[in-house]
Amino acid sequence: MIPELGHFALILALLLALVQGILPLVGAARNNLALISVAKPAARAQFLFVAIAFGCLAYSFLTNDFSVLNVTRNSHSRLPEIYRFTATWGSHEGSMLLWTLILGLWTVAVTLFSRHLPDDMVARVVSVMGLVSFGFLLFMLATSNPFLRMPMAMDGSDLNPLLQDPGMVVHPPILYMGYVGFSVAFAFAIAALLSGKLDASWARWSRPWTTAAWSFLTVGIMMGSWWAYYELGWGGWWFWDPVENASLMPWLVGTALIHSLAVTEKRGSFKAWTVFLAIGAFSLSLLGTFLVRSGVLSSVHAFATDPARGLFILIFLLVVIGGSLLLFAFRASQVGLGGRFALVSRESFLMVNNILLLTATGAVLLGTLYPLFLDALGLGKISVGPPYFNTVFVPLVAPLIFLSGIGPLARWKQVNVPELAARLKWGFGASVLVALLLPFTLGEWKPTVSLGYLLSLWIVVTVAIGVRSRMRTGAGWSANFYGMHLAHLGVAVTVIGVTMVSAYQTERNVRMEVGDTVTVKDYTFRFDGVRDVDGPNYRGARGTLEVSRNGRPVSTLHPEKRIYTASGMPFTESAIDYGLTRDLYTALGEPLDGGAWSVRVFHKPFVVWIWIGAVLMALGGLLAITDRRYRTSRKKQGAAA
Amino acid sequence: MKTRHKKLIFIGVAVIGLGVVATLVLNAFRSNLVFFFTPTQVVKGEAPLDRAFRIGGLVESGSLRREPDGVTAHFRVTDKAQTIPVTYKGLLPDLFKEGKGVVAQGRLNNSVFVADQVLAKHDENYMPPEAASALEQAAKAQKTLVPPQEGKL
Repeated sequence: MIPELGHFALILALLLALVQGILPLVGAARNNLALISVAKPAARAQFLFVAIAFGCLAYSFLTNDFSVLNVTRNSHSRLPEIYRFTATWGSHEGSMLLWTLILGLWTVAVTLFSRHLPDDMVARVVSVMGLVSFGFLLFMLATSNPFLRMPMAMDGSDLNPLLQDPGMVVHPPILYMGYVGFSVAFAFAIAALLSGKLDASWARWSRPWTTAAWSFLTVGIMMGSWWAYYELGWGGWWFWDPVENASLMPWLVGTALIHSLAVTEKRGSFKAWTVFLAIGAFSLSLLGTFLVRSGVLSSVHAFATDPARGLFILIFLLVVIGGSLLLFAFRASQVGLGGRFALVSRESFLMVNNILLLTATGAVLLGTLYPLFLDALGLGKISVGPPYFNTVFVPLVAPLIFLSGIGPLARWKQVNVPELAARLKWGFGASVLVALLLPFTLGEWKPTVSLGYLLSLWIVVTVAIGVRSRMRTGAGWSANFYGMHLAHLGVAVTVIGVTMVSAYQTERNVRMEVGDTVTVKDYTFRFDGVRDVDGPNYRGARGTLEVSRNGRPVSTLHPEKRIYTASGMPFTESAIDYGLTRDLYTALGEPLDGGAWSVRVFHKPFVVWIWIGAVLMALGGLLAITDRRYRTSRKKQGAAA
Repeated sequence: MKTRHKKLIFIGVAVIGLGVVATLVLNAFRSNLVFFFTPTQVVKGEAPLDRAFRIGGLVESGSLRREPDGVTAHFRVTDKAQTIPVTYKGLLPDLFKEGKGVVAQGRLNNSVFVADQVLAKHDENYMPPEAASALEQAAKAQKTLVPPQEGKL
């Protein structure tokens, strides 16, 4: 009964999405207030029905309704309750439902927080989001119905052990908040193209939404990286796996979009470019969602393969991306050019930022899609590994980070180069000197370490210069200004983490008998054997490693090797002692003869900085959103203008 | 006139910059592509000797042997037509099992494949696509060689 209710709610939501997607759009074009006013109630009602459907699916999982195919495939009666709930979005079908739910959430947020916007603008934005939602609901009902029934099964085949982790509770929803959040920027861009009104106030309206989505995506990617680090048992934090690349690409374009929007708002330039980036960020979000969820990739996240889905997805992508680019091609020429700027100006710095970010995106796209294309065309199987991405990424990102120090200090329109150079020379000299000498105190001197420190110190120094000169002028609080600098400091922190762990990490794989010790970077690990453990839906072996440093105890770690009973899948659960300057990472390999085990023992310096930096970036974004000028009403702005 | 000059400089710098970047990217791309070969192809000598590549197939039953250090493993990868001996120093992934699909990346050294990476995917019933394709190709080749026995196989 409950699954049928959910199915029915989805059908109603589909119809409402159609209403929401068409009537307000027609109303805005004909200036018909009655049709325009349909937008908000339709969007809210659609969200309500999607939420009901989601609730029904969650209920089916929580009550172990094994007559629902989706539940049978992805749950088990002995799965802990919290994971039964998260299994709701553990499957392809469920994740599509989560996507649509979050789209509804963003749409409702737009209807609530846009009182200061013209009604026809809101109507267009809500309509475009309704059309996207219509596409997803149709996709679900036609090819991926989460409520499909089947003859009652005895029990389920359990959730993939990788997904039985607290990370599963937060990572997918937050990541989707980011992906789907770009639909707001996309809808604003399409609305602007349709209405032909693309000005500074348009940029001001779409900035906070874009920054919010970007902040969520940043945290989502950071959680994915951390999850992979402790859950996959290899201690890596980024694998250049297609699934990771799929989330990185919209992030890179989204980052470019944030910066380009700043130019459009402040100077009226880059308008067409900004619209193009908004379309690009959302298109890559869609591509990412489908790449990961359709089973195209031979990867952890790909659960099923189904050609009908593939066809629908291709058509859907074609309609959304092709349609919006076509509209862009027709309308972009009417947008206008905006203010002029000199060869060296804040605008030109931001332009270089955009070019570098887009080039990086293109390089990632090439490395991710090319193997898929070759395979699809039957031209052989190849893979593109981390060496390619590292070779390409570092030379693109290093100048980007360096310029992000100068950009915020440069004037709009035209920079007085000698003056700027005079302001920066001491900071630059100090950064270079410290960056060259500091690695000697850390052990071996390496050029990459100096480069990493140079970039980080440079950001710290330039942020300090920027903040000091703002304080001297006596300018008051600006959330936008401090948010930007906080996000840039986050980049500096992440760079330190990446630099340190790449240059100085130690990884040892050893055979250990009970009582054996291994020493890694002053830390001595003593293996005290394993004993059996019984979990709710697994059994396994739990090892004990006593860690000491110079004879003083540091920590006791318990890595596990589990076998999940329903699926028979073996699984490695790592044990980590986290620290600000180093992580001690251990994992069990396999039992060898004589009670010995193969054991991984890793020393990972500064690895948590990578994720702390990402959190700072996201906090910077969220701080910037609180800026007062995003909330001033259109009347006030009209009066000021 | 002056603005036109500026524009030309702008465009010129942009074009040169993009050209350089595109060359660098494509160069890095070409030199880091990892091609895939089946054990049959490797035995025929089609695989490169001077660069890393991937092989895939099944881990031959009963072929896994460990050295006393506990972390160096020897096994054979088969596509049911040919087998390749593989050496790997490191911990094997959770789902590495005899008789199951596997993909390894590494180099050929005196007709032994020295792997620096062994991949087995995180799903009990999942076969890496490369491994599946290796088995398929070998099966096809056998079919064309000995058509009468096809039904029994």
